[in-house]
Amino acid sequence: MAKNRLGKSSAFYDIYERNPSSDKTVTHYCPGCGHGILHKFIAEALEDYGVWNRTILLSPVGCSVFAYYYFKVGNIQCAHGRAPAVATGIKRAHPDSIVISYQGDGDLAGIGGNEIIQAANRGENITVFFINNAIYGMTGGQMAPTTLVGQSTTTTPRGRDIYNEGYPIKIAEIISILESPVYVERVALADTKNIMKARSAVRKAINYQVENKGFSLVEVLSPCPTGWKMNPVDAKKWVTNEMQKYFKLGVFKDVGKERKSRKVNGEKVPLNKVPDIIDIPSDEKKEISRIEKKSEEKFLKRIKIAGFGGQGILLLGVTLAESGMMEGKNVTWLPSYGPEMRGGTANCHVIVSNQRIGSPLVDWSDILIAMNRPSLDKFEPKAVPGSLIFYDSTIVNRKPERNDVKAIGVPFTEIADGIGSTKVLNMVALGSLIRFTGMLSPETLFEAQTRVVKRKEFLELNKRAIKAGMEFIDSLKES
Amino acid sequence: MDVVETIVDIPTVIIRVDECKGCGYCVEACPVKVLVQSKKLNIKGYHPAEYKGSGCTGCGVCFYTCPEPGAITVIKK
Ligand SMILES: Cc1ncc(C[n+]2csc(CCOP(=O)(O)OP(=O)(O)O)c2C)c(N)n1
Ligand code: SF4
Repeated sequence: MAKNRLGKSSAFYDIYERNPSSDKTVTHYCPGCGHGILHKFIAEALEDYGVWNRTILLSPVGCSVFAYYYFKVGNIQCAHGRAPAVATGIKRAHPDSIVISYQGDGDLAGIGGNEIIQAANRGENITVFFINNAIYGMTGGQMAPTTLVGQSTTTTPRGRDIYNEGYPIKIAEIISILESPVYVERVALADTKNIMKARSAVRKAINYQVENKGFSLVEVLSPCPTGWKMNPVDAKKWVTNEMQKYFKLGVFKDVGKERKSRKVNGEKVPLNKVPDIIDIPSDEKKEISRIEKKSEEKFLKRIKIAGFGGQGILLLGVTLAESGMMEGKNVTWLPSYGPEMRGGTANCHVIVSNQRIGSPLVDWSDILIAMNRPSLDKFEPKAVPGSLIFYDSTIVNRKPERNDVKAIGVPFTEIADGIGSTKVLNMVALGSLIRFTGMLSPETLFEAQTRVVKRKEFLELNKRAIKAGMEFIDSLKES
Repeated sequence: MDVVETIVDIPTVIIRVDECKGCGYCVEACPVKVLVQSKKLNIKGYHPAEYKGSGCTGCGVCFYTCPEPGAITVIKK
């Protein structure tokens, strides 16, 4: 494209307002980093094809995590290695958008190795730019799957050894042997000729998506002067002299001419049609229409439930959320647990509100249910002043120390044992919670039970446990 | 160098001194070698690239080799 002037692309922000540092005119990248060069090629192509305003760029974990500071497009920052999965969802929900997954080698070839292979194999209609700088830049120069044999890094101080770490992984080759991808090329940000080839590859890969051809991946060999401990000009030479020897440049696959453009179905389904389409029973349809209902007086309970795995923490949360939903509230439920099924810590975040809920995270709790001592120790400081703390007085051997919160000790475990099973201590907790706060009616809880509890033989026992929890609160009030 | 001369002297390259991180890529890549690394430091403490003032052919190589989105502008004609 003949232009009279080459300058900053309009697909970049003029001023990088999202960057919290004081200098909002330059990128955060190190001098000579290849990320900036690739950013420029992408921005230029998005501008030239006129698609920047329908582009969604996914930034990875790695030095380019902040790509969203710079690109004036839709941006999402993804979990490490998961950008291809996010891209899949976005592209399928918004087939008209141009979805770009931007990933480093630790991200794409390391932790996200399977994500990229599956997305490529499904032939997702997305464009992937893969920065291969043979190292983990952001974390300080550890070995990447692409680190060259003999290359020293902080984790291979004597050089990568094939008997210990194997050979560097060749992503372009791997992706290109799959049937589905349309275009795979490896380029290098090195000498001028190759830099201009990289620019063309970026344009082609984006253009194929504009034409709805399918999956493209461009692997970009890229200098990381900091990680390699070189000055930038030497780093570029290292790309040419060392990286290119092992990572051969070229087009590994290009079937864009043969492939027909896909049909893009841009039809949107209105929310109120969803229940019929996925065949939800009619009483639940009411709940779905409720999502859009505006409510009267503000009701917001942010609840943190914490204990150890096996105490039924998550089920307690689910029951609470389900009950809230049945009473016409908006709810969220967010579990958070360690890798172990039993033992270890478990907690979950539940929000029940008549307002829209922005984030499901409960950082500060209005209600904390602490089922063991470590949970109380950990979350007591994060209770909102004036909030409630319920704790299991059977096993928590101290009282909450804060005097600006209301602490209610209930012997959950002891009561549950009295009914016949320690397992139902979560239901005892639930019973005491709703009795003390009045936030939900017991009938709703019993009803919710029938929906969420899989083993129906527990229903009766659970009901007794909920009632026992309520009775304990009543006994407190009497005395 | 007088002002009239710089306006007429197109193609040219404009360097935003304070956006340059002094990596030296453009200096290395310029086919006609009209860029140099300045002896002066910019506000960030880098030696920025500097145009000698004449000889730019407007090829754009420095623009494409520069990692900073806004540091270099090339006016071709
Ligand atoms: C789940 C998870 N595991 C590990 C990390 C730590 N981590 C941050 S960046 C990174 C490697 C990034 O390397 P690469 O993808 O090559 O990008 P670069 O920084 O070199 O551009 C790792 C392992 C993390 N943030 N999240
Ligand atoms: S550490 Fe490497 S990849 Fe990260 S910004 Fe610096 S040069 Fe770029």
